[in-house]
Amino acid sequence: MTRDEIFGTVQELLVDALAVDQSDVTMDASLTRDLGAESIDFLDIVFKLEQAFSIKIGQGELFPEGSGNDPRFVKDGKVTPEGIAALKARLPHVNFANFEANPQSNKVGELFTVDTLVRFVEAKLSKAT
Amino acid sequence: MWIDRVVELVPAQRLVAIKHVSFAEEHLHDHFAATATLPALPLMPMSLIIEGMAQTAGIMLGHAHQFREKVILAKVSKAEMREDAGPGCTLRYTATMERMETSGASTKGLVELLTPASPASATAPAFRPVGTIDLIFSHLDNNMQGMTFPEHNFVFGEGFKTLLRTSGIQIPG
Repeated sequence: MTRDEIFGTVQELLVDALAVDQSDVTMDASLTRDLGAESIDFLDIVFKLEQAFSIKIGQGELFPEGSGNDPRFVKDGKVTPEGIAALKARLPHVNFANFEANPQSNKVGELFTVDTLVRFVEAKLSKAT
Repeated sequence: MWIDRVVELVPAQRLVAIKHVSFAEEHLHDHFAATATLPALPLMPMSLIIEGMAQTAGIMLGHAHQFREKVILAKVSKAEMREDAGPGCTLRYTATMERMETSGASTKGLVELLTPASPASATAPAFRPVGTIDLIFSHLDNNMQGMTFPEHNFVFGEGFKTLLRTSGIQIPG
């Protein structure tokens, strides 16, 4: 499956899950900030990805749970360098470049873009073959 | 409770429940009350039909986990009704498990309506499909997001227990 094909399918399922226009689902759109996703939508998105691509996604594998308020990794409203390292290790499909400049814990959700989902699916499918 | 009885259960796959709509229910007098220009129009509110399906699907999910999980309605993925349900009608909710995971579940729901025969009816009344309600449930203890909840299962309270008992469904413990 090509990257464009994966993007097309991800785009369709996000339109369905988040009731947004297809034109809004661009590769760099943030799921929370741009597409209005709430935490519970992540569960819906995981179910839809599993179904659309016939893959199995473990709990917390795509979206970390509670990472924005984990007292081990958050200090004064910011994710600590240790926290960022832990997130990076758990989420190799996420691009942290912009987040690292201002790692506010309440912005963790914005790390997840459409591109994140496409990269995640790509990696899952390549492992499956 | 917004369902009257569970009439069919296939564990972790399908649960069917019925709800009789009665003029004795107070909300039908408000939804919709007569105005200066319009007569009263008593209808079962769509929000309560969704709640009925949520209870139907929630029992199916709770039963699949021996009622140990705190099953919370998280999202109404889709809700469509093509006909209204008024006093004397019976609603039949069929919830089907789509996916069930540690963190939660998604269910598909079919709403059927039985409209009682009127004096002018030529045929016997029968259930007919009038809507679909698809839902997402979260298992609260597996999606805590740093929050804590009471240990006892406050979701399946006395109302649920009575409904299950009168429907002949065993409740563990």
